[in-house]
Amino acid sequence: MSTEVHRHLDQELDALRDAVLRLGGEAETALRRAMHSLAERDSAEARNVLDHDDTVDQMEVDVDRRAIDIFALRQPAARDLRFVMSVTKMAPVLERIADHACNIARAVIDLNNEPELNNHIRIQQMGEIASSMLARALEAFTRSDAATAREVIKRDTEINNLYNQIFNHLIEMMVKEPATATRDARLLFVAKHIERIGDYVTDICELTVYMAEAAIIKHRH
Amino acid sequence: MSSSTSFATPKFEVKSHALLRSTATKIAVENLDFFYGKTQALRDISIEIPERQVMAFIGPSGCGKTTFLRTLNRMNDVIPGTRVEGNVTIDGADIYATGADVVELRRKVGMVFQKSNPFPKSIFDNVAYGLKINRVTSSRSELEGRVEEALKDAALWSEVKDRLKTSALGLSGGQQQRLCIARALAIRPEVILMDEPASALDPIATSKIEELIFDLKKQYTIVIVTHNMQQAARVSDLTAFFLLGKLIEVNSTEKMFTAPNQKLTEDYITGRFG
Repeated sequence: MSTEVHRHLDQELDALRDAVLRLGGEAETALRRAMHSLAERDSAEARNVLDHDDTVDQMEVDVDRRAIDIFALRQPAARDLRFVMSVTKMAPVLERIADHACNIARAVIDLNNEPELNNHIRIQQMGEIASSMLARALEAFTRSDAATAREVIKRDTEINNLYNQIFNHLIEMMVKEPATATRDARLLFVAKHIERIGDYVTDICELTVYMAEAAIIKHRH
Repeated sequence: MSSSTSFATPKFEVKSHALLRSTATKIAVENLDFFYGKTQALRDISIEIPERQVMAFIGPSGCGKTTFLRTLNRMNDVIPGTRVEGNVTIDGADIYATGADVVELRRKVGMVFQKSNPFPKSIFDNVAYGLKINRVTSSRSELEGRVEEALKDAALWSEVKDRLKTSALGLSGGQQQRLCIARALAIRPEVILMDEPASALDPIATSKIEELIFDLKKQYTIVIVTHNMQQAARVSDLTAFFLLGKLIEVNSTEKMFTAPNQKLTEDYITGRFG
């Protein structure tokens, strides 16, 4: 067996890992900046998030291209197959997380055109949990650490519970103060985007569990 | 959203492989050791091969997979100084028992070799050879019927039906190999052993052999030795990995190529062995 050939495969797998981690880093940054722009009413930062979206899209394409090359030229098997397969499915998930961050940034720009509402403390809390989950999910992926991935999945409950509380509160506010309903609705969208990000982080963790243990745990909730 | 208010603990985990199929055991091997003189080539092999399935043997050169294949129809008997210990049963009968009929065994367990080896005879006579020497048929028309059936089963009939009397040596490499398969099928074996049957063939001829294997497993139990792991993945239901004369792992092919149980298997499958 040619050691040289497999050294190249290892290099290609490493490069693929780096590419998806770069994409993950961009998604993390986009989420953090979007939440910061909400907290600080910083439209410039929100626009910055939107400006970076093309870069994120290109990174997703880069991951796809590398994965397709490995499938076509290397026919990966066993742990290599699980890794490439997981990365292939993870890249669009990360890209969608960045898309949700963009949607949050758009909502921030709209909200900043109107007087401030003090309704987003728990939304910030949701955003912090989502950011923390995403960071840990990417760490778990990097270390092929199924145990950490499973722990991260459990935290999605916190996000879901907060979302339900925020939803009820904002609906109540819309009824009580119809004048602020548009802004409440925008905040509700922000909360929904964060809730979806929690689900996407769960997807990433499920893929890490598959990669590490060959166990398919999705669709179990 | 996964769940609005509560997170459910896992109800199930789906492993990424199908379980081994529960068909009857055709060949059972227990604690088999094999020696070339004083050199032990196989060590304590135990394996069950289910009927009407394709089992692939994989492993690096010299790991013993071909030697093991040849123990299944006692082909190693013809090599002086060899010795077998342990049990090999086919349909429950010990093939190494004193007085076991080796000719009958080889009728039941046909073999196809790495290099096609047609006789320097006509296509018809190649396929008819086993039938004639075993006096299987009682009339010319029955003989012709069996030859046609075997050539059809080997997916060769349409290519040779108009030139059955021409020399088999005029066929292409892929056709010669299918002719050898037809020759094996003519005597209606129950098990077909294949020792790297496509290793000398181009991709199109290889594809025809692989399709043939897929069709043949409806009727026959097939054991194939291959160096081509993608071929093992394509054609087999079960895969056995051999290393240094030992059986390291046997598993469903899906499991073997996505999540093998043994690290040695994983290293071999992913090309990081050695």
